[in-house]
Amino acid sequence: MERVSRRRFLALGGAGAAALATAACTPGSPARVVKAPPKPARTGVTEKGPVTLVLWDQETGQVSRIWNGLIKGFERKYPNVTIHRVERGFSDLKALLKLALAGPHPPDVVEANQGWPDMGEMVKAGLLLPLDNYASAYGWDKRVPPTINADNSWTGGGKRFGTGSLYGFTNAGEIVGVFYNKTMLRKLGLPLPATLADFENSLAVAKRAGEVPIQFGDVDAWPGIHEWAAVQERFVPESYMKDFIFGLDYNRVSFVTPQNLRAATIIQDWTRKGYFTPNPLAIGYGDSVAHFVKGQGLYMITGNWIVASLGADNPDFGFIAMPPLAPGGPLVSTGGPGFPLSIASSSRHPDVAAAFIDWMTNDAAAQALVRSGEIALNKGFTPTGVQPGTVLSDMLATAARLRDADAIVPYEDWSTPSFYNTLTASFQELLGGKVTPGQFLSKCEADYSAFQKSRPTGSPQTSPAG
Amino acid sequence: MENVAVQLPLTEIASPKRARKRSWKRAERLPGEPRKIAYLYLAAPFLIYAAFTIVPLVQSFDISFYKWDGITPGTWVGLANYKSFFADPVIRGSYLHTLVLIVFYCFIPTAIGLLLAALLSRMRIHGLTVFRTLLFLPTIITDVVLAVTWTWIYDPHGPLNTFLGGIGLGFLRRPWLGDFHFALPAVGVFGAWEEYGFCMIVFIAGVMKIPASLYEAARVDGANAWHEFLAVTLPGLRYELTVVVVLTMIDALSTFDEVYVMTGGGPGTATTVPAFEVYNQAFLQGEVGSAAAIGITLMLIVFAVSYGITKVLEPRAE
Repeated sequence: MERVSRRRFLALGGAGAAALATAACTPGSPARVVKAPPKPARTGVTEKGPVTLVLWDQETGQVSRIWNGLIKGFERKYPNVTIHRVERGFSDLKALLKLALAGPHPPDVVEANQGWPDMGEMVKAGLLLPLDNYASAYGWDKRVPPTINADNSWTGGGKRFGTGSLYGFTNAGEIVGVFYNKTMLRKLGLPLPATLADFENSLAVAKRAGEVPIQFGDVDAWPGIHEWAAVQERFVPESYMKDFIFGLDYNRVSFVTPQNLRAATIIQDWTRKGYFTPNPLAIGYGDSVAHFVKGQGLYMITGNWIVASLGADNPDFGFIAMPPLAPGGPLVSTGGPGFPLSIASSSRHPDVAAAFIDWMTNDAAAQALVRSGEIALNKGFTPTGVQPGTVLSDMLATAARLRDADAIVPYEDWSTPSFYNTLTASFQELLGGKVTPGQFLSKCEADYSAFQKSRPTGSPQTSPAG
Repeated sequence: MENVAVQLPLTEIASPKRARKRSWKRAERLPGEPRKIAYLYLAAPFLIYAAFTIVPLVQSFDISFYKWDGITPGTWVGLANYKSFFADPVIRGSYLHTLVLIVFYCFIPTAIGLLLAALLSRMRIHGLTVFRTLLFLPTIITDVVLAVTWTWIYDPHGPLNTFLGGIGLGFLRRPWLGDFHFALPAVGVFGAWEEYGFCMIVFIAGVMKIPASLYEAARVDGANAWHEFLAVTLPGLRYELTVVVVLTMIDALSTFDEVYVMTGGGPGTATTVPAFEVYNQAFLQGEVGSAAAIGITLMLIVFAVSYGITKVLEPRAE
């Protein structure tokens, strides 16, 4: 028997691999053609037989427990329906959801993340149902502010963001603003700032008194997005933010603008003057929250999700939207819907799924969620049982004002699939003095224009989101 | 005559008839000669290897020529994925960072490992095993646990800065992982600490097999410890050296968890590495083609580097 020499074996293997490679074909499977389900004649569950809906979500902690209660209530109301809930971690869900929806045993109702790489890709592949008919049947289109639904809207094929059909719905909201330490503010003899100038002045006063003016840790990179937007939104009109992020008018928007330059210059100026925690690039977000709770820092610019850490009924902390440039200026804040509930295009019970989504987002569900420090954006809804003078009551009052003004601006990292990386990394470089404010803008603009140029051709739509 | 026959080897005793009868079972070859049945034994591991390594590898190679989101049909883009990441400063930077990490993951631990092996094998002290175990400990604890611990060590208010302040070197204190210049070396130092134990253990095992007579001869010739190391220990460890350098080099090239846990690639993009970019492109940005291209390039580099090291270091068969 002849021995196969190592060289010859490698040659054989190489030829085999090459043969396989040439035989291999285009990866991926064609996008599914999705038809919008018709408007249901009656709302609620009309199916009589037993129905099991598989739900995939990433809720944890108190919200997760509230969900279990809501789900039980739904099953009690419709005894023929069983909700099989599968709890996944956030990153698990992000990595698995697309594959699961495209696979042989897809879930029926899922929490899909917003933005190009997530919901955009799922819409493009035809994995989610357009919910417009359900929205009009159940009144979802009027339940929350238009921008909130725009954040979950895409045109067919996932070509445009912020317009077209609704592919997910939630009443849960997120709002970024300024948390403040009431005791410290009093001790420093400062009033609550009404303008950006007041705010800057209070930073200087706090710094002189040896306090940390803004508690900030940016190792995790995403907190930088909120810090940046909080300043940027003082200078640019709200419409610019929506145009830029949704990219509906992408021929005419740019990141390189005098307003953005001013905002970036202010950020670097604040860093130089020591208005942020020393070495924010070496401090984790969790640590920064812990420090703020312990009383380090006059302000912290972040979202409503830390209310639970502060204690919803804590009277020592307050919350405001970042004050406007001029007194009485428009109130604008970064935020958006929480994870929306979407229906898989392959679900055999879309009507039941829609009834379930409605149940999870009605005013009763809103009332249940509010106690956990969550924000419900249901229009005309006023939560009961909230103690006045607490951080939660401040938060809900601000959220209600922003909701009624439809002034919740989407997260800026939704602008392109890679904008999260570009914005967070460039912002860290801006903080660390590695780049000038001008270079910061051009780095972000390079990412933005590269993506917009790569998008499928077609005249950009200039009509407002809705 | 009878006695003589008994002393004959077994094969000679068997009658020609019996031999022919059995020939279907025992081919006319000596034990140890290749037999066809061996391919059957090899088939099982080969199939597993093919299913989980070769097929995915060929698929990745194929995917790297497409712009693909992971679900819908990809678009053939030829070499564009490869070209674009040579043009992309972030991905190019990630390869440059790897060069720095090679120093920390490969060169430094190998040197420390050699030094410790030379010391520990020369010393006759009580509790030697305890020392060896303690020195080897970092290698056997899960990377992620250690990375979390070191993140704390490097914290601006962590033990390292406290220590530096305590011994009058306060001017050296810095936010290690948040510093654009020091974050990458800081990750590297952690890597070196993680790797040296493995190097040491392999070298100690190697030193043990070097005949004591060689050391005696060297000593008779008047060699000191340094000469002994150069003339006896080092040449005796060439095989081990090859193994250690190749494996630590691969670790350096495929760094992921340390960066993921300690810095997330930051500050800015100061600590991104190719494996981290693969994850980032495939799972966070939905650019599976680009991720495959980075992965394939990384694999080719690993192949080339391992081949080069083996050629240079491995003793040639006499």
